[in-house]
Amino acid sequence: MAELNTGDAGGKKGSKKVRSKKLNSKVDLTAMVDLAFLLITFFMLTTSLSKPQSMDLGLPDKDEDPSKNKDVKVDENRTMTLLLGDNNKMMYYMGILNTPMAPKEIAYGKAGIRAEIIKRKKSVLEYTGNKDKGLIVIIKPSKKSNYRNLIDALDEMAITDVPTYAIVDITPEESQILEGKAAASPTP
Amino acid sequence: MAKVKSQKKMTSIDMTAMCDVAFLLLTFFILTATAKQPEPLPVDTPSSTVQTKLPESDLATITIGNGKVFFGVTGKEVRKQALEMMAQKYNVTFTPEEVERFALIDEFGVPVQNLSEIIAMSGADRNKPNLQPGIPKDSTDNQLADWIQFSRRATIDVANKELNIAIKGDAKEEYPEIKKVMDILQNQKINSFNLVTGLRGADF
Repeated sequence: MAELNTGDAGGKKGSKKVRSKKLNSKVDLTAMVDLAFLLITFFMLTTSLSKPQSMDLGLPDKDEDPSKNKDVKVDENRTMTLLLGDNNKMMYYMGILNTPMAPKEIAYGKAGIRAEIIKRKKSVLEYTGNKDKGLIVIIKPSKKSNYRNLIDALDEMAITDVPTYAIVDITPEESQILEGKAAASPTP
Repeated sequence: MAKVKSQKKMTSIDMTAMCDVAFLLLTFFILTATAKQPEPLPVDTPSSTVQTKLPESDLATITIGNGKVFFGVTGKEVRKQALEMMAQKYNVTFTPEEVERFALIDEFGVPVQNLSEIIAMSGADRNKPNLQPGIPKDSTDNQLADWIQFSRRATIDVANKELNIAIKGDAKEEYPEIKKVMDILQNQKINSFNLVTGLRGADF
């Protein structure tokens, strides 16, 4: 294009074309800026959102020699045990199994377990009267529970800010209770 | 009438500077963005409200899904050293070329004996579903524990840091499978690790 212009241009015509070029030099950049900001937004959001979230989990020390693993004794009035079963079923009991209360089925989420934990947290604090001795939650996932249940339970701990919690293997009696109830009233 | 004309002139703003800034930012974000790698074992992670980010470097990811376990570690040097230690232990030899190619693999799930087949494949073939059988983790052939241990050793050699471990489990994976991996970690005295989760609002 430029070569053609210089080729056939005379003196007068050339000077006119310079003027017309000056008029064209103002390009409307609005659409370009729109596009650029759209792309900026896209890349900003994808870079920060693609990083996976994670949850820290600390487990107690375990010795290879089972005789050295001491059972930690805790005050049963402070403990709350969560049993995680299949089909997103959860049961909980306070203290020792069946004393003072039998395991009770409870739902996941805000209205179910979270409200219960918050309530128990307060009552345990009233019982001990010591800020350092709060509620202890023991999470016992059964063999049929899935990973989502475990994460949900741990997430409740994080939300309600339970000072002490632990993941413990389920006992045969407890898994029987979970299964026995499941047979009596099957959940859809 | 004259006033209207003068207002019409004001409508065109010089956008050059704005355009410059926009494209500068755009270039920055494009260059810093890392393309998402396809995963050989896609898992649906459960969501949680905790918003801790995973560490970027010195991280080993153990992916658990469909009863299979895949392993991946960040850092090329760490990968190379871990592979060499594995090769020594299991009497498998890898050519220097294979070691170089292995350093580029983010995640894999085959026994070390079949690793060279996977290394020879192209990236797209490697990530086909059901191709890789998972890393053996039972007590007779616990290669997963060795991978973890050698990666930790390699990280200490290379970066002089302790390796962070992340478990990325599928939401529907049964607990015993997760428990097995946690036991392997605990046997190596790794008592603190990350669980990879998705994001969800606090009010679910």
